[in-house]
Amino acid sequence: MSIKSLKARHNDLSKPEIQLEFLNNGIFRQGELPKFKDKIAATGKFPLKPKKLEILQINVGYMCNQVCSHCHVDAGPDRKEIMTKNTMQQCLEVIKNTGAHTLDLTGGAPEMNPHFRWFVEEASKAGIKDFIVRSNLTIILANKKYHDLPEFFKKYNVHVVSSLPFYKKEKTDRQRGEGVFDKSIKALQMLNKVGYAQEGSDLKLDLVYNPAGAFLPTNQEAMEKDFKKALKEDFNIDFNNLFAITNLPISRFLEYLIASENYEDYMYALVEAYNPAAVENVMCTNTISVSWDGWLYDCDFNQMLELKVDSKVKHISEYNEDLLNDRNIVISQHCYGCTAGAGSSCQGSVA
Amino acid sequence: MPNNYYDAADLRKFGEITEWSEELGKKFFDYYGKVFEEGALSAREKSLIALAVAHVVKCPYCIDAYTKDGLQRGITKEEMMEAVHAGAAIESGATLVHGVQMMNKYKKLSM
Repeated sequence: MSIKSLKARHNDLSKPEIQLEFLNNGIFRQGELPKFKDKIAATGKFPLKPKKLEILQINVGYMCNQVCSHCHVDAGPDRKEIMTKNTMQQCLEVIKNTGAHTLDLTGGAPEMNPHFRWFVEEASKAGIKDFIVRSNLTIILANKKYHDLPEFFKKYNVHVVSSLPFYKKEKTDRQRGEGVFDKSIKALQMLNKVGYAQEGSDLKLDLVYNPAGAFLPTNQEAMEKDFKKALKEDFNIDFNNLFAITNLPISRFLEYLIASENYEDYMYALVEAYNPAAVENVMCTNTISVSWDGWLYDCDFNQMLELKVDSKVKHISEYNEDLLNDRNIVISQHCYGCTAGAGSSCQGSVA
Repeated sequence: MPNNYYDAADLRKFGEITEWSEELGKKFFDYYGKVFEEGALSAREKSLIALAVAHVVKCPYCIDAYTKDGLQRGITKEEMMEAVHAGAAIESGATLVHGVQMMNKYKKLSM
């Protein structure tokens, strides 16, 4: 378990160009990996084009109170990148004028941005139907000033999507840090207590499962059933849906794959599980991802690899939905992660 | 030719056995796929049975495959080890139960 981000450790993998070099050219002792571009071209899907914009995903900063070993953002307490109020104002202008029905706030721990509450208040007035905040749960208990977050979320009818890689302590703590499981359980109970995922309540609480290791997620429905049974029996916790997400081979998960000598096998496992049907609904086709400094990307993963949108419009300050809808989606070898098996997106399986 | 009997990368080539006997290979994989579908037993239970049998028949490819399959299904390491012990118990029991035959034969031949 790393205690610092790749960036703070001056690890080469903190550089997007080094990650892309690994993705494209190495380490493949068992022959070169087929190109994702050729795979989708075989079914007439290249270039990949966006559909109607549905989700505006905004990363309000890479600062986080956790340092998870699989984090694709390379987030942590040492990351200082934080969206300014000025950039948030630019986002709010777009939120007011976009056709997207879902606003998805992510990080790092989005709650650690000092303007987070102001932004939630302003954005909630803009008529977005589904207003998601991706919470790591432990932030609620990290400091007294966050203890009232469940009530705050309730007040603005925020849809809380929380990471919980497993319903057992050992696996969760190994991936996300010592003590994370117990704090996550307490935070979930606090959310339940204010009404989240309770019968008759419209407050939505979804969980995100991602494998704690070099393997792919199984059937989302089966895993949801196991999570619901275990969390109810052991901790009297309720939640709405489970999103099963495949770990993408970038950033700290890439570091783990290389260090544990699982990289090549994992990449082959992704290629072997390639599902053309998943390409139809990958998240980049209905999402725009905005970085803490306002740049636009096809998805959160492209954001971390600094692969900006292929469009004249590249920044939130010059946002133009028509021009963006006309772009080609930027792809690379990491895209196998979203098209493996039942497919993977920030909303879980897609196929 | 590699100079060892087992190569982990060969597991990925398993499907290629159909190249030298398409009809039989296809029938096997159809059967195999059907066996592991949800049925009266869940796919999770079948995965644990497969893991236990993999140890009994001492198939390293199968052990790799069903350890990974178990992880993907959220099967815990304690459940996996119990399955291996169940297999081992049957395997050693199968050896020991032949001791009865040995005892019978011994008694028959002895005055």
